[in-house]
Amino acid sequence: MSLSATTAPPSPAPPPSETPPRRRGSLLNRLDMKYSPYLYIAPFFVIFGVFSLYPMVRTAWMSLHDWDMIGEKEFIGLDNYTALLSDDYFWNALGNTFGIFALSTIPQLLLALFLANLLNRSMLRAKTFFRMAIFVPNVVSVAAVAIVFGMLFQRDFGLFNWLLSTVGVDAIDWRNQTWSSWTAIATMVNWRWTGYNTLILLAGMQAIPKDLYEAAAIDGASQWRQFWQITLPMLKPTFLFVVILSTIGGMQLFTEPLLFANGSVIGGNQREYQTLAMYMFEKGIYNLSTAGYGAAVAWAIFMIIVLVSLVNFLLVRRSAK
Amino acid sequence: MISASQRLWRTSPLTYVALVMAALFSIYPLYYMVVVSTRTLDSINDVPPPMTPGGAFGDNFGRVLDNEAANFLTGLMNSIIVSSVVTLAVVLTGSLAGFAFAKLRFRGRNILLLSIIVTMMIPTQMGLIPLWGMMQTLGWYDSLLAVTVPFLVTAFGVFMMRQYATQAISDELIEAGRVDGASTFRIYWNIVLPALRPAAAVLGLLTFMEQWNSFLWPYAILTPENPTLQVSLSFLSYAYYTDYSQVFAATAVGTLPLVIVFIVFGRQIIGGIMEGAVKS
Repeated sequence: MSLSATTAPPSPAPPPSETPPRRRGSLLNRLDMKYSPYLYIAPFFVIFGVFSLYPMVRTAWMSLHDWDMIGEKEFIGLDNYTALLSDDYFWNALGNTFGIFALSTIPQLLLALFLANLLNRSMLRAKTFFRMAIFVPNVVSVAAVAIVFGMLFQRDFGLFNWLLSTVGVDAIDWRNQTWSSWTAIATMVNWRWTGYNTLILLAGMQAIPKDLYEAAAIDGASQWRQFWQITLPMLKPTFLFVVILSTIGGMQLFTEPLLFANGSVIGGNQREYQTLAMYMFEKGIYNLSTAGYGAAVAWAIFMIIVLVSLVNFLLVRRSAK
Repeated sequence: MISASQRLWRTSPLTYVALVMAALFSIYPLYYMVVVSTRTLDSINDVPPPMTPGGAFGDNFGRVLDNEAANFLTGLMNSIIVSSVVTLAVVLTGSLAGFAFAKLRFRGRNILLLSIIVTMMIPTQMGLIPLWGMMQTLGWYDSLLAVTVPFLVTAFGVFMMRQYATQAISDELIEAGRVDGASTFRIYWNIVLPALRPAAAVLGLLTFMEQWNSFLWPYAILTPENPTLQVSLSFLSYAYYTDYSQVFAATAVGTLPLVIVFIVFGRQIIGGIMEGAVKS
């Protein structure tokens, strides 16, 4: 096994035949051992620092200014944030984001939990097929998902309205009302992410020791009881991971509503489904003169994510007691 | 009599009914994409909607290619270039750093690794606006550099490679190379990288898919004249939302290659995702 290692030619060092050259090699060797690790991790830190960390810090700095991307910049302290608090469009976007988030995360995680529990049965046939089939939506790009579902939710000849018409429900103009547009967008998110979350939860379930179940079964606990008393409590860390991941994604929702609105960053005629990320885009990229305000929206999104994650963390921890 | 463990994991027919339904819901929109992309435009407006593929794909995709405003082929080429370059770089930088974190000793190792893990939790949109300004300054607006360079490294890649290297490569193997006087880079290249191949393949596939599907940043920084595939699809769908069969033909061409890759390597990709979940 280590043959390939021993036959590998020692490249920069001279051949280890005599003692003197070997000493020189070991000095080089020590330098190599001491400093090259930093060289190997440097690409990550340099590129991350320049293109991720620095822009983030700069977002904070910008948000304290009346910042025109192609013009004047004036320091105004926290004015952008106080303006945000009385900005109806911001609260509207916040409400839309949370509405869509609730419609997508809650049913999605319940369904994922259910499916993971089914996939976790050891006697199940065609396991790989089911796992792959359930996961395949995650391979499809968000843009493609939005295009396909945009058509499925089309008013005049979309599949959903046709299905509704077969049970006597009138055609719904999905893009024209708040609740219907939220439902359509949440459906796209659910379709793309349920399978992914199912697999993560399944991985968590498989890490639960089997003898816990066997002991419970000997004690006569029903499958349902085992699920409540063993699976759910043991799954808590994984569940929290999934919830936080969904929160990060849900608060940044952008592509689905944008394409559903045919590219309008306003999200519907009356901003029925403009999300926070779309509002940030509207203020920071579409209108370069309000880039500072857009940066404040970006930080607001970040703080909301931290807050929601924290609440989830505390809830899960408290219910563990 | 049935043993306790068998009774416990019993699979009733209902299990299969539920799973088959879930599979159908997952696959149907993809199937529908194929249906619309192979139908003539007027048959799409039929009631009830068409349920089987037709023979008009060539005609529909021909309209995509003739559509100069869509720049579909440019987008396709750009996506292939960007996704390939980024994938190669993420695997190389990730395995190099992962090897250093797993197998080399250096001052500050733990705290640096922790900082990488923390960055995985940071929402990507945070720096969007200043990054956009930076690209203007660098002269990278509407350039592929803007959608490539910032993504050459990922925290996830470093972390995943580090996890795999820790368990898959024995210290003796590294030691053996060292006794022979091999430099650390040589050890990486000749011993570590070959041993990391399975994990590197999964990381490569995940990275390629992520890049191929990436939308917000390319959308912000590229123009419709020089788009990535996804950006091209979005502009096509805005402008030709009445010509569904054209839009769907383009969408199918942009989507199905990845689905085929997934069908071929699905077992490994799913394994990689599930393993990653348990570790973090």
